Amino acid sequence: MKEVINLPVKNIEEEEYHINMGPQHPSTHGVLRLVVSLQGEIVKSLKPHCGYIHRGIEKMCEKDTYPQIIHLTDRMDYLSAHINNHAVCLLVENALEVEVPERVKYIRTIIDELNRIASHQLWWCSFGMDMGGLTCYFYGLRDREKILDIFEESFGSRLLHSYYTPGGLMMDIHPNFQANVKAFIKYFRKKIKDYDDLLTGNVIMQLRTKGVGILSREDAISYGVTGPSGRASGFACDVRKHHPYGVYDKVDFKEIMGTKGDTFERYMMRMNEMHESMKIIEQLIDNIPAGDYSAKMKAVIKLPAGEYYQRVEASRGELGVYCISDGNKTPYRMKFRSPNFSNLSALDHISRGVKIADLVAIGGSLDYVIPDIDR
Amino acid sequence: MDNAALKERILGLVPDAEFQENKQFLTFIIPPAKFHDFAIILKSEADLAFDYLFCLSAVDMVKYLEVVYHLESVSHKHQLVLKVRTEDRENGAVDTVCDIWRTAELHEREAYDLMGIRFNNHPDLRRFFLEEGWIGHPLRKDYVDEVNIVEF
Repeated sequence: MKEVINLPVKNIEEEEYHINMGPQHPSTHGVLRLVVSLQGEIVKSLKPHCGYIHRGIEKMCEKDTYPQIIHLTDRMDYLSAHINNHAVCLLVENALEVEVPERVKYIRTIIDELNRIASHQLWWCSFGMDMGGLTCYFYGLRDREKILDIFEESFGSRLLHSYYTPGGLMMDIHPNFQANVKAFIKYFRKKIKDYDDLLTGNVIMQLRTKGVGILSREDAISYGVTGPSGRASGFACDVRKHHPYGVYDKVDFKEIMGTKGDTFERYMMRMNEMHESMKIIEQLIDNIPAGDYSAKMKAVIKLPAGEYYQRVEASRGELGVYCISDGNKTPYRMKFRSPNFSNLSALDHISRGVKIADLVAIGGSLDYVIPDIDR
Repeated sequence: MDNAALKERILGLVPDAEFQENKQFLTFIIPPAKFHDFAIILKSEADLAFDYLFCLSAVDMVKYLEVVYHLESVSHKHQLVLKVRTEDRENGAVDTVCDIWRTAELHEREAYDLMGIRFNNHPDLRRFFLEEGWIGHPLRKDYVDEVNIVEF
């Protein structure tokens, strides 16, 4: 008869251990690596390790002219590419005190909002997938496709557009643009009800998100968590309301605010924001004034020596561009304050004490785009 | 508080702060030794209440390294820019503010990684984007990397 050897069994409920989540993990939505300290299933702390897609965009900007920098900003948060372009264009226009035509402001505002809807659609479908509902992915991408078709028809590209230029737009909008956008709004108003039926009202989803990953208002401000994630905690941080640009001061829209700051509230913020974005587009789409699609700009753009800062509301929060110019055609220093970078800093704080499966839900609700963190 | 009143208030708190002309924001250069105590006052005093650090940048001005803090008060809506300078390019250090504004923790790690500015009392000052053992700090003006940076 064989002798039974009793090996000492470690009690993993008591001992703390570390696992790597990512860099190749579907729920980190890109190459983000989280080193998670666990006790049993409970997250004790986590440390983000970034840089897997660091391209040194800030260093590259120091060698590029301002119109060239626009093309780099597309590649930061590629899901709000237009809004990133808008930040650099506004920075240059405000520094040179160029008055852009009203037509440009209207078109830019409409396209920014279309971009925001497309981004939130992709967030919704991947959030659903994180929670285990693969159908969401097909619904979201199906509807996002309609926006990408409109973009493609007007300016030839679907993801990285570089459509805005300092002073205006690369080219005028396509003659079908207005009709297509109106048709899309009509279509999406119907379809967004499916989103609520499929996921928002789902009992499993609500149980997994309500009361999970709570971020208080004070912490949201201290961690600099902006965008829908910050507003879910009651931090009024919508740049469109507080520092308006484009024609946001002329349109009527609500700043969607929450109180609880949990994962479900962050989810609801984005669902409601899509309705607000459609409202903004409807107010503007029939009133685009006639005129030039660009102001007259010098062939070589040189900013006067000094410091400039421009804030815009990207889909994930506040994007800031800080530029120091020494009077040359390239900036002396360019810094991008990207929304995802600051939102990431809160992840350790809000996920302490939750189960590891809830970490996936929290990460999904903060809506990371990793190239925007790494730049 | 409007900018004129804010300027007077700040010069009252730190008399040797240097005012810098800037069209957009009220800007001050703060002596490094007084910076941390001043930052605590900025956040805690009810009439200042600068609770939101919306940008932290590191700049290499060749003669000195500079950390730029963009601050806003969520309740009062006023904004302020602070600059802290260090002339020591090898071991230049600035006091951390991540005990005051938590978002600074990662921003300071980024500044250390890419610009080589140290932050005193930072809880976890390691490189953030580049790997441990990387030589030099790429955002500095005198950084030369023939392999990874292509000159045109």
